[in-house]
Amino acid sequence: MPIPVLMPALSPTMEKGNLAKWVKHQGDKVKSGDIIAEIETDKATMEVEATDEGTLGQILVPEGTADVAVNTPIAVILGEGEDAGALNNFHAEAPAQQPSQQQPAQQQKGAESAPPAAPSGPDGSPAEAAQTPAEPQSAVAAPPQPVEPEPDVPEGTEMVTMTMREALRDAMAEEMRRDGDVFVMGEEVAEYQGAYKVTQGLLQEFGADRVVDTPITEHGFTGLGVGAAMAGLKPIVEFMTFNFAMQAMDQLINSAAKTLYMSGGQMTCSIVFRGPNGAAARVAAQHSQDYSAWYSHIPGLTVIAPYTAADAKGLLKSAIRYPNPVIFLENEILYGHSGPVPRLDDYLVPIGKAKVVRPGNHVTLVAWSMGMSYALKAAEELAKKHINAEVIDLRTLRPMDSATVVESVKKTGRCVVVEEGWPQSGIGAEIAARIMEQAFDYLDAPVGRVSGKDVPMPYAANLEKLALPSVAEVVEAAKAVCYR
Amino acid sequence: MSDAPSPAKTNGAKGEELGGDALLSLYRSMLLVRRFEERAGQLYGMGLIGGFCHLYIGQEAVVVGMQMAIKEGDQVITGYRDHGHMLACGMDPKGVMAELTGRRNGYSKGKGGSMHMFSVARTFYGGHGIVAAQVSLGTGLAFANRYRKNDNVSLTYFGDGAANQGQVYESFNMAELWKLPVVYIVENNRYAMGTSVSRASAQTDFSKRGASFDIPGEQVDGMDVRAVKAAGERAVKWAREGNGPYILEMMTYRYRGHSMSDPAKYRTREEVEKVRTEHDPIEQVRARMLASKRASEEILKAVDAEIRKIVNEAAEFATHDPEPDPAELWTDITR
Repeated sequence: MPIPVLMPALSPTMEKGNLAKWVKHQGDKVKSGDIIAEIETDKATMEVEATDEGTLGQILVPEGTADVAVNTPIAVILGEGEDAGALNNFHAEAPAQQPSQQQPAQQQKGAESAPPAAPSGPDGSPAEAAQTPAEPQSAVAAPPQPVEPEPDVPEGTEMVTMTMREALRDAMAEEMRRDGDVFVMGEEVAEYQGAYKVTQGLLQEFGADRVVDTPITEHGFTGLGVGAAMAGLKPIVEFMTFNFAMQAMDQLINSAAKTLYMSGGQMTCSIVFRGPNGAAARVAAQHSQDYSAWYSHIPGLTVIAPYTAADAKGLLKSAIRYPNPVIFLENEILYGHSGPVPRLDDYLVPIGKAKVVRPGNHVTLVAWSMGMSYALKAAEELAKKHINAEVIDLRTLRPMDSATVVESVKKTGRCVVVEEGWPQSGIGAEIAARIMEQAFDYLDAPVGRVSGKDVPMPYAANLEKLALPSVAEVVEAAKAVCYR
Repeated sequence: MSDAPSPAKTNGAKGEELGGDALLSLYRSMLLVRRFEERAGQLYGMGLIGGFCHLYIGQEAVVVGMQMAIKEGDQVITGYRDHGHMLACGMDPKGVMAELTGRRNGYSKGKGGSMHMFSVARTFYGGHGIVAAQVSLGTGLAFANRYRKNDNVSLTYFGDGAANQGQVYESFNMAELWKLPVVYIVENNRYAMGTSVSRASAQTDFSKRGASFDIPGEQVDGMDVRAVKAAGERAVKWAREGNGPYILEMMTYRYRGHSMSDPAKYRTREEVEKVRTEHDPIEQVRARMLASKRASEEILKAVDAEIRKIVNEAAEFATHDPEPDPAELWTDITR
């Protein structure tokens, strides 16, 4: 029976990749361990090894094909004694560019894993695929992106589609060109080009003095960055993920956030701490948690968590120029998502301004970062039920633009807050309190909260899914506050 | 005296004999710290200074000697036993004392207190309350010097207690890796609060704590200001010339408790008395000046009187300066 070679998932959050090159060609003998192709992910170019022995019978996806969904069959290996005739019975499951709806969940494959050699079903199609429900994987599937530009973007401005990853990189590069005091430091930011490829190309442009690879030493390099900021430089400190920043919590809070106050306004600390925050995919409790509420608790810190590529760029540029310490919470799953970014010489998004992304008049949905993905999809679902949800992207968590939320609630009378973090003392709790204080008389229902469940993040795919918010939960919560 | 190597054991060579003017200047600086701290202790007892207050009495030669080894532009950063460093950096005793009493003309407008004072003008970067946090911050100051390609050096002070914190070694690693211009000054006053060095440290020779990073270090008689100055000059030169960090372990002693609320039951009165009578940094200089006739009793008396006047004025100022305006509660949180 011919064995399909499937597009492998090469990182926990990979959804698709480019087939950069076929190293083996049709008719070549392959044995387990041979490199047969090169796949370009959004993080790196990876080699794909064969896991089966035989002849490369057919290449289904030619080299140079972009955006091949994970688990798409890319080639067929013929076993001993099989010839090309056997291919007639083989039906490729999905063409390359189709969305991943029919693909099984693949994000559990580690970066080191070889292409999966899925057992074949009776008709020659991959058995796993055949059993996969049509439901897309909630968190990882491409979320809808709002297309409205900032109000202050001049009419007719050209929009460029780019990933959030590219937008963040461009923001750093532009600010580094603008100001020699700006530099970036962190683990793997320079020669490796960024653990998540966010700093790609910066070393080449700015050199090793300004793009600084650090040892694995979060407490130390955070303190070092704060010291450099006190001396007047403007560091961008990348945490490989914010999970590791807990090692540096004392420097973030006691040194970075408080020194301006404790020095009576003398000692400034203009510094950006950035990196992926929140749930990733299948990395379990220590590597998958949301720090939004943690940092937003601290006076002296400014906390930003963008959802779109445009906001990521405009807010990061603003953050780098800001004379205060900024916690810039990115999201690994959103890095690869594309959106329109205004092509402007200097695109700045103001810190501390929420954005009404989708107008509505029945219920207000408040979210930020990855939570926006649930909120926007829920709004679409709700529209089908004739509930018009107004969706607000907070974008900045501290200082929190509660005025925009309150204004909306005065119109809708109902509110649901969506967050991936835990419920107790969460952002949702804070917003509920503020609405109670500032718009109590306008409320027609208690504020609803959809949050991550009050448990450490489990590893098992089904449990992980249960631990995270879902579109269905947001829809249900919105219906509940609408008494529907 | 169980933990301290005797001064004879230190490998830092005695400094050159200093000229009369230089000696008198050192004497004056050390005396200012001593008298200021004594007065701070009094004000604390009167309830005018609150919270934690860590006095530097006994350790004066360390900061005064080091200050003689640096030039304008070099930075100083330390932990919470910081009053001496601020005075040695040339900060106004009135502003320091007014911060201790929590008044509006204190260096931090009364919002920082004893442990949290800064002076950008005097390149004094604090004043940090969390043990050893200043070590990575001071390494960052050195990073900024290297980034800007200037020739400034960061003097980063910490105690024998802080020397056991992990971020010290994270900082050592980066400082040597990147050849940062920083001199780490371990003020070994033998006790981390109530825990003696030998009860807390597997390696009690702190000058060797950089050995695995190839950072040179030496032990210095921190009660002899000449030795401090000489060692400081060697270390600062090393760092300034691009060779990377240098560790100076200052063998010193604090006469008072860890803070004002420390009864210091972990050591004997005799131990304290012995250091006071045999190794007091100020008395050493005074005796030497008199013996070599480089200063007369009259001159020294005049210096004493001048210092008393400065300290009296500082205390007077700090007692009568108003408390911060209530509106200050909400300022300086972000800029």
